[in-house]
Amino acid sequence: MSEKNIKLTLNIWRQESPEAKGHFEKFEKEISPDASILEVLDEINNHLEAEGKEPIAFESDCREGICGTCGFVINGQPHGPLPKTATCQLHMRNFKDGDSLYIEPFRATAFKILKDLIVDRSGFDKIQVAGGFISFNTGSAPDGNAISIAKEIADEALDAAECIGCGACVAACKNSSAMLFVGAKVSQFAILPQGQPERYERVQAMVKVMDENLFGSCTNTYACEAECPKGISVLNIARMNRDYFMAKLKTGTNE
Amino acid sequence: MNRLNQFFNSSIGKKLVMAITGIFLILFLIFHLINNLMLFGGPEFFNENVARLESIKPLIRVMEIILALVFIYHTYTGLKLWWKNKKANPEKYAVNANKENSTVYSRTMTITGSLIFIFLVIHLYTIWVKYNFGMEGSEDYFEVIKIHFANPIWAAFYFIIMIFIGFHINHAFQSAFQSFGWSSKKYTPIVKKIGTVIAIILAVGFASIPVYFFYISFGGQG
Repeated sequence: MSEKNIKLTLNIWRQESPEAKGHFEKFEKEISPDASILEVLDEINNHLEAEGKEPIAFESDCREGICGTCGFVINGQPHGPLPKTATCQLHMRNFKDGDSLYIEPFRATAFKILKDLIVDRSGFDKIQVAGGFISFNTGSAPDGNAISIAKEIADEALDAAECIGCGACVAACKNSSAMLFVGAKVSQFAILPQGQPERYERVQAMVKVMDENLFGSCTNTYACEAECPKGISVLNIARMNRDYFMAKLKTGTNE
Repeated sequence: MNRLNQFFNSSIGKKLVMAITGIFLILFLIFHLINNLMLFGGPEFFNENVARLESIKPLIRVMEIILALVFIYHTYTGLKLWWKNKKANPEKYAVNANKENSTVYSRTMTITGSLIFIFLVIHLYTIWVKYNFGMEGSEDYFEVIKIHFANPIWAAFYFIIMIFIGFHINHAFQSAFQSFGWSSKKYTPIVKKIGTVIAIILAVGFASIPVYFFYISFGGQG
């Protein structure tokens, strides 16, 4: 256990419904530095419920940084100030006694605020449904090394596949662009042999749905990469751009 | 045509437009700077070289039209992207943490771009129109520049805009490579450095002219 508790001022976004006007609600809290930020919210909610008030709505699931469910903006940074850390893995020891925190939902036209800190990320699901998979039957698990893939290629594909679809890239982007997410989802298949047959249909279909769902356009500020809890590289965006051009050149589809 | 339309209306297609037209404009600026630096060769040298361009006037006119179209398309697509992105992200966070995750050059492209556009209109009106329609038989092109920059407001205005052109290109060069899909762990850091060097050379090169002429307007040694 770390030493004594710290005093923090938490300004937390409260919004009844998507249509309602939101505002920051202020909470003064004395907190153990070992608590995660989600645990702090749990504690605040316990008090609120004991007082018969509406608890703060926020999402979380695994609480070990691998599912991508949690996520809000802390002092202007998605998932808070620590690099490559999901919200649930952010502990209060990273803040100083007397700090003021502004906690608010991911903001983007494509991510409608449902309540308090919860946003509707179904835009990501729609993009995935459009092509983020391999549609033929791959059979049962193949023998190890039955398909030889160079170590560097496998590494790159797995790095792209690390994307947990949390939406921090969209939240960090000044244009609310989803290109880091789509770039990662396109790349994880584009460089593996299993992804080749549908490579060009996939990128066109996913980009089309991305554009339709009111995500902005990438202007290469790379804020997404800096805020990504999994450190997904913007090189995946470059690969997506390249594949998209190639798709338009190579295939005759109008997708 | 439908396919082409779809491509240029997609978010990635627009990036490609910005990148190709942008690289073209950088190439133009490099040629423009080479011409401008001839001012340092003195009035005779400069005037002779400008007069020599008379022999390739038709080619220059064609290039001017292409340039104008490219510049307008670059500006138009840029503004369209800006408008679309503004709609995609209407609300700001309570705390601005932009500087934690991106460069000031990348965040200010629309602002620096708009300033450059305004500058260009003024620049064409003051220098280009004068060179092409206002010389009244005189061939002293050097003198036009000298008089122009003797005015401290003009000198300061040009100087400041050149800094913004540097900012714009510093982000633009590496951004174009990313948009083309030509990025890699190995080469991207080098591309970024080359972009910065080009930005500095262009900004310092162009800015040196108002500074120099403003200086000699005080009787400094030319």
